[in-house]
Amino acid sequence: MEIIVASVIGVLTAGGIYLILRLRAFPVILGLSLLSYAVNVFIFATGRLKVNAPPILQDHGAAVYTDPLPQALVLTAIVISFGMTAVLVMIALGAFLEADHDRIDITAADTPEAEEKESGE
Amino acid sequence: MNHWIIAPVVLPAMLAPLIAFVMRHDITLARAASVTGTLALGCIAVGLTVLAAGGGTHVYELGDWPAPFGIVLVLDRLSAMMVLLTAALALIVLIHVIATGWDNRGRHFHALFQFQLMGICGAFLTGDAFNLFVFFEVLLIASYGLMIHGGGRIRLRAGLQYVVMNLAGSTLFLFALGTLYAATGTLNIADLAVKVREIPLDQAALVRVAAMLLMIVFAIKAALFPVQFWLPATYANAPAPVAALFAIMTKVGAYAILRVHAVVFGPDAPAIDGLPGTWLFPAAAVTLALGTIGVLGARRLMPLVAFSVVGSMGTLMLAISLFTPHATTAALYYLVHSTFAAAALFLLADLVVSRRAGDDSLTVQRPTVQNGLFAALFLAGAIGMAGMPPFSGFIGKLFVLDALRDTPGMALGWTVVLAGSLLSIVGFARAGSVLFWKSTALAPDPKETPPPEDEPAEGAAMPAAARPLAVAPTMAALAALGLLVALANPITDYLESTANQLFARGEYIAAVLGRTEEAEP
Repeated sequence: MEIIVASVIGVLTAGGIYLILRLRAFPVILGLSLLSYAVNVFIFATGRLKVNAPPILQDHGAAVYTDPLPQALVLTAIVISFGMTAVLVMIALGAFLEADHDRIDITAADTPEAEEKESGE
Repeated sequence: MNHWIIAPVVLPAMLAPLIAFVMRHDITLARAASVTGTLALGCIAVGLTVLAAGGGTHVYELGDWPAPFGIVLVLDRLSAMMVLLTAALALIVLIHVIATGWDNRGRHFHALFQFQLMGICGAFLTGDAFNLFVFFEVLLIASYGLMIHGGGRIRLRAGLQYVVMNLAGSTLFLFALGTLYAATGTLNIADLAVKVREIPLDQAALVRVAAMLLMIVFAIKAALFPVQFWLPATYANAPAPVAALFAIMTKVGAYAILRVHAVVFGPDAPAIDGLPGTWLFPAAAVTLALGTIGVLGARRLMPLVAFSVVGSMGTLMLAISLFTPHATTAALYYLVHSTFAAAALFLLADLVVSRRAGDDSLTVQRPTVQNGLFAALFLAGAIGMAGMPPFSGFIGKLFVLDALRDTPGMALGWTVVLAGSLLSIVGFARAGSVLFWKSTALAPDPKETPPPEDEPAEGAAMPAAARPLAVAPTMAALAALGLLVALANPITDYLESTANQLFARGEYIAAVLGRTEEAEP
């Protein structure tokens, strides 16, 4: 199971980084989502991988239990990354409507002087 | 348990929704509420600083859950000082925003401003690494809104870059916290400090990875090489008063490095082996060099100031990277100084640029109103930032140089600090002479001579003179630089005990965990 979880995290992260490096708004948003999924699984796994174990101590001593703290952390991380993605989509939409394209990087052609020239034409 | 410790978080947290929901259509009411709230925050911060200056580490257990099981807020000299600095800067920026009408150019400025204060104060006060992440997100999400306040094509696109950069940084933060939790089984800073020192050396790799991942995350916030590239584009395209407020955000990164890497991953922890300082020092030197080159090469005023912020972060980090109480005293003095210097320059840039029809290019134009006043203020801000007497930049850099003396990095450190100061003086002198001095040659006496006939439209729209209230915040920020010099002795005494308290880890651990047997000498 460890190898499956580890490779899932690795593949998700690699995919996320690749999509972020595409430098277009939509792939970047997808890439950041993939990255946040990867980190959520990663945090979940930091409490050690256990199957069929409750997150609370049922019986003192003998009972097998899984660490509940990473599950709480993951919940916080999910909520935050969800909200952040929503903000990102809105800002990306605003930038797209203002600039008429969805490139993320700002090149020399985007400086105020160049834009003035462009709008003056 | 002193409930005032959580007040700097709760007050803006209650005020912001109130402004957003109840006062959204009444800008006067929102302004009054925001100023009142920030003033109250200032009073609370003064009270907390007095409390902390009395010595001891004050712990606030949320929900009365004892550490390390619950989240704690910790008030010591360092966090009290940072909260006070935040409140003072916020008040200056807020008055500037209201006087220049920036808050009316978009919606919800004051609500976002209060949320921003909540995040910053929370990040300074928290004693839990995951809670630090949450407060980082609070201050970031508010800063996204403030960054694109007022809108505009370039600003929105720069804002998008800023958001993407910080979201990637947040993911990295979570990876770092996950690794740390997997290695130590705790996220409470005091508990981490104990656990990291108990880790056997052959299992230290995971902790080292976590320490360096955290360092990269904080370096993104502190705009440290090689992750400094987002800062010039962001600060140069943000509304200038917001950029002035962001002067404290880079300091959040510096504070986090100081708190986490001095207390948890300190040089005395065998598992870490002084790794943070080893990497921080060259990174800081390169940052300082990059910032200085940027100041020299900037063709617009806002990027010029933004690059000077990068340079000042380099100087600050040089001192922090030594991780000794003596160097930390220097770092803290320079931290307070550079916050006010950067804020003064950004606020002044706003006053100047708004009178040049929003054009901040460093080109010779006809002088606008109050050319002499702005020139004098720019001179004061520039010598403050570049580190010349009589302002506190000089003393701050002297402290940093003194801290670097007789360390292995002395040659490199002194070279970059001294050469950097010289080059930023050149850069600021060039900008000042182009903006304020050469322009007078175009129109020798703007008050008497009517504007040239070939530019009737521009002459008719001669910008209004800045009202005293609009100039006052810039002057207040510069006065703070003067005050840092005038009160250098008592302030340094306070900062020295702050640094000593930070490195006397035993007291912090004992106060948070409520037990003394693990306290180290």
